[in-house]
Parts: sequence; structure tokens; C-alpha cells
Amino acid sequence: MTTVSAPTRSRRFSKKKEDDDSGVHARRWFTPYLLIAPGTLWLLIFFIIPLFSLGRLSLKSGGFSNYSTVISDNSTVIVRTFVYASIATLAAIIIGYPLAYVIATKGGRFKNMLLALVVLPFFVTYLVRTLSWKILLFDGGPVVNILHGLGVLNENQGILGSPFAVVAALTYNFLPFMVLPIYVSLEKMDRRLLEAAADLYSSPARAFRRVTLPLSLPGLFAGTLLTFIPAAGDFVNSELLGSERTVMIGNIIEKNFGKEFFRPELSALSFMLMAIILVGVIIYARLLGTEELA
Amino acid sequence: MSTMNSSAPGAGSGYDPTTTVIEIDHVMKSFGDFTAVDDAHFSIAQGEFFSMLGPSGCGKTTTLRMIAGFEQPTSGAIRLDGVDVSRVPPNKRDVNTVFQQYALFPHMNVYDNVAFGPRSRKASKAEIAARVPELLEIVRLADFANRRPSQLSGGQQQRVALARALVNLPKALLLDEPLGALDLKLRHAMQFELKRIQREVGITFVYVTHDQEEALTMSDRIAVMSDGRVEQIGTPTEIYDSPASVFVAGFIGQANLWPGAVTSRTGESADITALGGASLSGRCHVDALRAGTDGVLMVRPERIMVTVDEATAAEQRVRGTVVDLTFQGPIVRLVLHAVDGTPIIANIDPDHDLPMLRPGDSVFASWSASAASVLPASPDQPLTATAVVDEG
Repeated sequence: MTTVSAPTRSRRFSKKKEDDDSGVHARRWFTPYLLIAPGTLWLLIFFIIPLFSLGRLSLKSGGFSNYSTVISDNSTVIVRTFVYASIATLAAIIIGYPLAYVIATKGGRFKNMLLALVVLPFFVTYLVRTLSWKILLFDGGPVVNILHGLGVLNENQGILGSPFAVVAALTYNFLPFMVLPIYVSLEKMDRRLLEAAADLYSSPARAFRRVTLPLSLPGLFAGTLLTFIPAAGDFVNSELLGSERTVMIGNIIEKNFGKEFFRPELSALSFMLMAIILVGVIIYARLLGTEELA
Repeated sequence: MSTMNSSAPGAGSGYDPTTTVIEIDHVMKSFGDFTAVDDAHFSIAQGEFFSMLGPSGCGKTTTLRMIAGFEQPTSGAIRLDGVDVSRVPPNKRDVNTVFQQYALFPHMNVYDNVAFGPRSRKASKAEIAARVPELLEIVRLADFANRRPSQLSGGQQQRVALARALVNLPKALLLDEPLGALDLKLRHAMQFELKRIQREVGITFVYVTHDQEEALTMSDRIAVMSDGRVEQIGTPTEIYDSPASVFVAGFIGQANLWPGAVTSRTGESADITALGGASLSGRCHVDALRAGTDGVLMVRPERIMVTVDEATAAEQRVRGTVVDLTFQGPIVRLVLHAVDGTPIIANIDPDHDLPMLRPGDSVFASWSASAASVLPASPDQPLTATAVVDEG
């Protein structure tokens, strides 16, 4: 601050500049608002207004009964959606945490290369990536053949169309979103803290539990949100790899939106999905206690 | 030692030179081609404040890390209370470390940081509830138990690190340049604080530093290290007054180091021709030094008297010419040139009856023979001008 105010003060002595000075001051005061204006405007026009109109639409012609109707009509799908998203998120943690840990702590000079490999699938379109799983999993395809050979699956059983295929693909598609934030939080952790823990009689397991894990919670939290939210709203995986048995909320919204554009029940369903996720996130944040850590 | 000693700190046995706690037995450590520690061999006594002193890269931190268990010696053994712990992991060794940057757990408050060790060792809740506040009291942080490390100043963090290690009442406390991150004033205050705490708990301190003043102030004994080798081990007085090598003399304090030829060696003293042919003598404790070899005469600048009259000069004297006079507050620093041009540094205190001197004046520099040491010349320690006029 002193470096900024020093020239201002010296300029104040020359009368000619005085008006400019106050102008600069006023503009300076305005600058932050100027900078956030485009973003605010963008969000207002393309997010807040549609959201508001969607909310109004969801209450049209039936009021709040639209919500109870939509919930009772789709209860199985709603439960299924959150079960799938939860399993996919959990699987992503189980696969992603060790991966992030190894890259962050043992990656050495290969760190960036390994990270690039994690992100590499993003270079292929989401749609094509998911479609390619169809080739992988179709009846008579390599994966099914191997599982038949091993006796894991009966001769008349396939994978395509099963909940397993949908959840596995959800996990695969959102895994990088889990790995990257966990990697970041582990990477910035001071490695000497583990030496300190060992010095203070902690076994490696206890040091992980009491030091590494708590310090990586912000990353784990971010990764969970980045995986769970899109997974809960996804329809592509179920559409391409699932069947009637695996319909998710996203599929219902997507299918019906095309046909009946302004149906209040659909708006209610969308709003409900959003509300459940929001409440879930708040509970999750409370449980992890990451608010003060982040 | 899986349970904590619940007796009050201060019940420690104090400095007992006859009881060995840590034994470094011909320890060698190399990383690839690089030898970090070369045949270190010494022991550290119960309750001793032991410092390892040397420039960066001398192997002092590696030695400390081997005692802690973070590194394994390539050869040799490290014994703790007589038991070889060379291959024992750090969590199973009864020593604790105060890390250079403290390495406090950022997600825990001060209390939980200090309680971390006892909880790892499954100490009872009652013990923890008694010991942790006690230690916080000792390091004067009782009011800060609920603060996070990020809410503390550097000096406070330092004391948390100290309490976190001492709460376990280890066989030895290992300190890796613990004051390095503090400013000068705080460092001085913490030196006394550390010494007070060490006396209070009576635990062996192994202290790594590159600051010779710190080592001299606090230590019972000092190991001076250079290039992976222990150059000398001794009390601060021994190290300062009777350095074993040119390196030690130059590293600890300021020293005049004059090269010369050793003419005779008898017992604890030796004669040397230096400073343009002057025949001088000094104490000598290095067995390898013989007549006919190259030697170095060492005299501390504060031991040199400067007189105009030869009659009032001390027994060991040479003629010199005043080159420079610098007032430095408590002392006047005088630079003379001997007849062959070798610089002689003398620190003169204000009580010394010094006549008005000007550059170019001819004077006598003199000292008593007991203030001089004759050291073997070291091929890897050439006496450059900067080594002679070392600022310490």
C-alpha cells in the first residue's frame, strides 16, 4: 500500500493533476466491480434467469403437488440415480486416491507424464469414449468372452445393459476429476510431516490416518463433488450402455424434454435433483469439516 | 519405554559424562558416489548438550538423521543405550527430533500437536491430560493450546516443536538447526531458553548448527565437522583455545593463521619459523606434527598486544607496520603487516594503553606462548588471504 500511496501523494502537490488524481481514485474504486461485471451478467442471463423461470414453471398448474407427483412416479429412478452416483464416486475414490498418492509421492520426474496420462482420455470426446465401451462390453466381445471363460458369467449372461456397465462407465468417465484434486492436495503436503509423525512413534499406517488423510481431505472433498454431481445428472452412460433396468433421472428428463418442452413435472424433477445434490453436499461438507480447511 | 515417565521434568539425571547414551561407532554414510559422513566415531553422554558444528554439507544433518532413523548408515553402527538401532525405524526409536522448519501438523492445534507422540504410544488419557499442559507450561505456551500453528509466531512455533518432542521424555532430543529460521534477537533469547529447558528436563540434547557462536554458548561439547569428517571433539574452551586443525581454528572465531616451518617438537609445544623468519613457539597437541614439516601458527586476534616499545612487549614478538585501524565499538581492530607482508590482525580493547597510531607506524605485535598453537599445514585448507582475515 505504501508504494501505491507514495506517488499519489506527491502528485497531489501539483495542482494540475489534482482532478486526474481523483478520477484515478474513483476508477480504482470501481475496478473490481468492472472486472466481475461480465461474469455476473453472464450468470444472470444464462443461469439465474433460466433457473428462475424453470422454478416458476415447476410450480405451474399444480403448485407443489407437481413435486409429490414427480417423486411418487419416479421414486425407483430417483433412488437408483443416487445409488449409481454414490457407487461410482466411491469406486473413483478407491481407484483414484492410491493413484493420486503414488503420482504425488513416488512420481519423481515422471509426475507430469503420469498426470498427462490421467487426463489423456479427455482428448477423446465424451460420447466416443462411452461408445467405445460398447465395443468392449458387447455380448461376444473380449471382456464378456474372458468372463465366460473364467466362469464369472453364465453363458447366457452379458454385461451390456447391466447396472454394472453403467456404474463402471460412470466411474471411468469421471475418474480424472477425482484424481486431479486429490493429487494437488497431496502434492503440496510437506513431506517432513510424515517424518515428524514417524519420529513421534507413528507407524506408517497411523501417520497416513492422522496426517496424510486429514491433509488431503480438501482434495478428496473437491474430487467427490466433481465426480458425484455430474454422475448424478448423467444420462449418456445409461443411454448408451444401459437398458430399461438402468434408467436414471437424467434419462427421463432428456427423453421427455424433447417431446413436451414445457412440462411442469420435468422442471420439478430437475429442481428436485438439484436440491438433493445441494443438501447432500452441505451434509457431506459438515461431516468432513472441510470448510475451515479449504 | 512405552509408557511415559509421569514424574516431573527436572527429575532428569543431568549431565553425567560417564554414562553413554548415544554411540556412533565408525559410521559411514554414502549417497551414490558421495560420502556424506566418513568414519564418524564418538559417543554422547547422559544429559549432555552436544553440538555438531560445521558448514553446510559437512555431514552434521546426515549424522543427526541417522540417529533419528531417517537414514541408515552404509556401514558402522549407532547404539542407543548400548542397543544397536542402525536398522530400527524412527517410530521405534526412543529419540525425538525438532525439525529445522518445525514440521508442525497444520491441521491440529498446539495441544494436539504436543499430544501426538503420547497418543501414538497409547499413553493413558490421564497421563496425556497431565503431561501436555505441563510441557506447554515449560515452554511458556499454556495460553496458546487451542491455536493452530499458522496463528503463532516463528518463536512460538519453535517452542511447540520443542514441547512436542520433549513431552515423550526421549533418551535424546535431536535438534536440526532449530533457531535457523528466527531473527537474530529472538535467536539469542531462544539460546538461553533452550539451555534453561535442557537443564530443567535433564535430557541429552544433540544439536546441529552452522553457527559457531550458538555452539560455543550452549554446548557441553562440540564436534566440529568438515567434508563428512569429524575434525575435533571437545569442550567449547578446548575447541577455541586448542583447535586441532587449521579448519577448526578458522571456523570457530577469528584466527591469525601464519604458515611456517616447524623447527622442533617437544611434548606439548613446538617451535616454528614464521612471519618472515621470526622464531616463535606455541602449544601443540597434534601427534603427527614433527620438526621439518610445514606448520601453521595460530593466534587469536584478541590475544595480541601492540606496543611501540620492544621492552614492554611480551615474550613472543614480531615487528610489524600498521596498515589499518578500524573502530568496531567494543574493540579496535588493527591490521599490521609483518616484515614479509603477512597480515597480523589484533583486536585491541579500549582499556589497552594504545598510543596514537597511524598507518605506516612501526610497532611490535606480541603474545604469550600459551596463546599460540602450532598446527599441521593442511593441503585441502590453503591459507588464502580471506582465511587469514577471517570474519568468523
